Amino acid sequence: MLREAVLRDEKDFSACSIFGMMSPSGKRVNGEPIIRAMANMRERSNGLGGGFAAYGIYPQCPDLYCFHVMFDDHVARKQTEEHLRRDFEVCDSGPIPTRPCDGVENPPLLWRYFLLPRSTDDCDIGEEDRVVRVVMEINVKVDGAFVFSSGKDMGVFKGVGFPEDIGRFFRLEEYEAYLWTGHGRFPTNTQGWWGGAHPFNILDWSVVHNGEISSYGINRRFLEMYGYSCTLHTDTEVVAYAVDLLLRRQGLGVEEMAAVFAPPLWSEIDRMEEGKRKLHAALRQVYGSLLLNGPFSVIISNRRQMIGLTDRIRLRPLVVGSGRDFDYISSEEAPMRLLDDTVSETWIPWGGEAVVFELKEEAVPELTVPIEVFRSEVPLAARGTGRAEG
Amino acid sequence: MISYLWPRFLVERDLRRCIRCGVCTRQCAFEVHHLYEEEDWVYSDESACVGCLRCVTLCPTKALVVRPNPTQPPPNANWTTEYLQNIYKQAETGGVLLTGMGCDKGYPVYWDRMVLDASQVSNPSIDPLREPMELRTYLGAKPDSLEVERVEGRPVLHTKLAPQLELAVPIMFSAISYGAISYNACESLARAAAELGTFYNTGEGGLHRNLYRYGKNTICQVASGRFGVHADYLEVAAALEIKIGQGAKPGIGGHLPGEKVTGEISRTRMIPRGTDALSPAPHHDIYSIEDLAQLVYALKEATDWEKPVSVKIAAVHNSAAIASGIVRAGADIVVLDGIRGGTGAAPTMIRDNVGIPVELALAAVDDRLRREGIRNRASLVVAGGIRCSADVVKAIALGADAVYIGTAALVALGCHVCQRCYTGKCNWGIATQDPRLTRRLNPDVGARRLVNLVRAWSHEIMEMLGGMGINAIESLRGNRLKLRGVGLNQEELEILGIRHAGR
Repeated sequence: MLREAVLRDEKDFSACSIFGMMSPSGKRVNGEPIIRAMANMRERSNGLGGGFAAYGIYPQCPDLYCFHVMFDDHVARKQTEEHLRRDFEVCDSGPIPTRPCDGVENPPLLWRYFLLPRSTDDCDIGEEDRVVRVVMEINVKVDGAFVFSSGKDMGVFKGVGFPEDIGRFFRLEEYEAYLWTGHGRFPTNTQGWWGGAHPFNILDWSVVHNGEISSYGINRRFLEMYGYSCTLHTDTEVVAYAVDLLLRRQGLGVEEMAAVFAPPLWSEIDRMEEGKRKLHAALRQVYGSLLLNGPFSVIISNRRQMIGLTDRIRLRPLVVGSGRDFDYISSEEAPMRLLDDTVSETWIPWGGEAVVFELKEEAVPELTVPIEVFRSEVPLAARGTGRAEG
Repeated sequence: MISYLWPRFLVERDLRRCIRCGVCTRQCAFEVHHLYEEEDWVYSDESACVGCLRCVTLCPTKALVVRPNPTQPPPNANWTTEYLQNIYKQAETGGVLLTGMGCDKGYPVYWDRMVLDASQVSNPSIDPLREPMELRTYLGAKPDSLEVERVEGRPVLHTKLAPQLELAVPIMFSAISYGAISYNACESLARAAAELGTFYNTGEGGLHRNLYRYGKNTICQVASGRFGVHADYLEVAAALEIKIGQGAKPGIGGHLPGEKVTGEISRTRMIPRGTDALSPAPHHDIYSIEDLAQLVYALKEATDWEKPVSVKIAAVHNSAAIASGIVRAGADIVVLDGIRGGTGAAPTMIRDNVGIPVELALAAVDDRLRREGIRNRASLVVAGGIRCSADVVKAIALGADAVYIGTAALVALGCHVCQRCYTGKCNWGIATQDPRLTRRLNPDVGARRLVNLVRAWSHEIMEMLGGMGINAIESLRGNRLKLRGVGLNQEELEILGIRHAGR
């Protein structure tokens, strides 16, 4: 069973690679570059988990929720579909296209569903809250089923293996997105479980995370009060749900969210001017249980933003860079240099300082960027995958 | 009537060391030691000895040893010394057995059955000597969410928070009334709380006018006897606490023997000198939860909604449901006082047999409030049997926002836990009103000792937090993954919400 494959620790101890790239003007590129970026940081992962989130990949139906679901067997699939039909009209469904790939073994059944929420008399709860509830219900109640992607015009692809292998397994070169994030895992204590790989997603939010959140125990219990069931047994899940709670449900801004996850020290707050001090003090008083304590760097994304953040004493690496068409957030500088020789400036943000890249207001994510945009001299396709093949 | 009691302690005097200086005779208010100068002889009446070790500590030549009396009744697993002596006492007096301090029975101490986590490799431990480590804690009701408005692009807080107590360390001094302890002990607590940036609690005995200057660090208690409760008293406090129950004596009110009700105390409590101050068992205006809500709001109204109102209950079987009601009744802080909580005077049977260990109550209450989604609405403080900084860390990891220490604070002032507070003869000058005894406790020294204790504990808490890779106390609060049980059964683990060590 999916969930039983997990050790009891409920928590991820991992060192990882994370990478994100986004075109503020909405230019789209296929999965090839990010696969190469992840392959470049191969020694930061150990083959026990890799994954990607891609935004703008379903332009034919941008207003339908697309669920990516993994199943142990068809019994779980049938049960899940019953659940889905209760709240949604299923516009299209089918297996997620994959190809056999060395290094990717025993995949679960991988299906996707394009869903239109049914209108409802239930006026207490908005559409997005209903989607969250259905995801939680399936993940908690249906044995052997796990919804790992539930946004619109975006999708998460992940599994057990090195990220570059997972990328090929999911045929990511066939998808085009204006925002990609990727993750390679180096878990030290959890057995390989497909659901445990990153990114973690709820609605449009996805999170890739490098680190260990020592405050996981209380972050999780706090989120449970707000109806989030942490079923994935890993600390990154709490980041995804905390983002959803703070930004979507409670309407805080990214800055405030950063101040909750990685707040300034009290000694710094005490020195702020009054309005700011009151705000930061209140954020810590009210959301102290969501402080993400311990080493982490994360890339949080939605359809319009890519946000990078490290813990407040910056115990994990995060480098930011901007090229002509794409902005990058990465564990290391090398992969952005590898991909894009237009990257002119790179910098390391302060601990707790959120770096936010946003889709321009007028951006319509339609244009497709030819791969050559990154490097003119050698076509990317001719340069291999970057895997350690020799 | 001849007493059948035999001495609990033996007092042994090394005659080669004793210089007949008379310190022991002057120090012992129980009149154990008698100096006969003409005969160059000191006689010790062991039957009066309570084992407080005042004489041993002050003897300039270290000539004294006090140890448990090896004379015992015939061996019997059921009829131990304690039961026999209690029966003799009652047969001789016809009275209720009285005692002081907290339950001394060997009920499981769950603090000792839980161990803490530390980081290794995958997340770095943090060194509090070199890096910031934050213990600041705010007590009071928190909203479920904050509203932040954008004014000219800048975020501005729109939500007005309920009043909060700011604690520099998550440790406060428990409710101990003026009357139960001396003025000097109260002043020591008040000054230490002010210096530490935390709070002490007046208990139910009112507040001496001289101590009003420490009001910013004072939590004023309102108990069923309403001793010393008046407008100024409510006004001067930083927070108010309604005492429903006390861990040492759940179900009954406070007791202050008339011997301890001196002039100053009668003035502070607003009762006649020398009368027993016996608080009613219940508040006679609180027979149900809605009555409690009325008192909570009456106190808030009386103080312009500027102060958090706390409600303290003894940890009993259904604490979780009661605590939920208390939160819904508008309390900003809920205090749970466990079976090992101390007292100046309580019937022995009640102290030793009523209530539950606070660890279990804390876990159950924190779970219940979270399940109901109202944990934010009130802070949770635990009291009763916190003995060291590790107990504090474990309590916070189980779900407490802060702890109260009572016995530990008195021990810092010199208490040796002889459990005779109700006699008013405390040789350490703490639980007494006898001016000859109270002047033994110098508030300068007392405050210094308390400050030292809490500072030392703070350093230890920081070290433990740093070891876990955490640099703010709020990341420990309710973080039960940092705890593991040792030697606990499945049910205990389930109640505590922790896993067994090794898992």
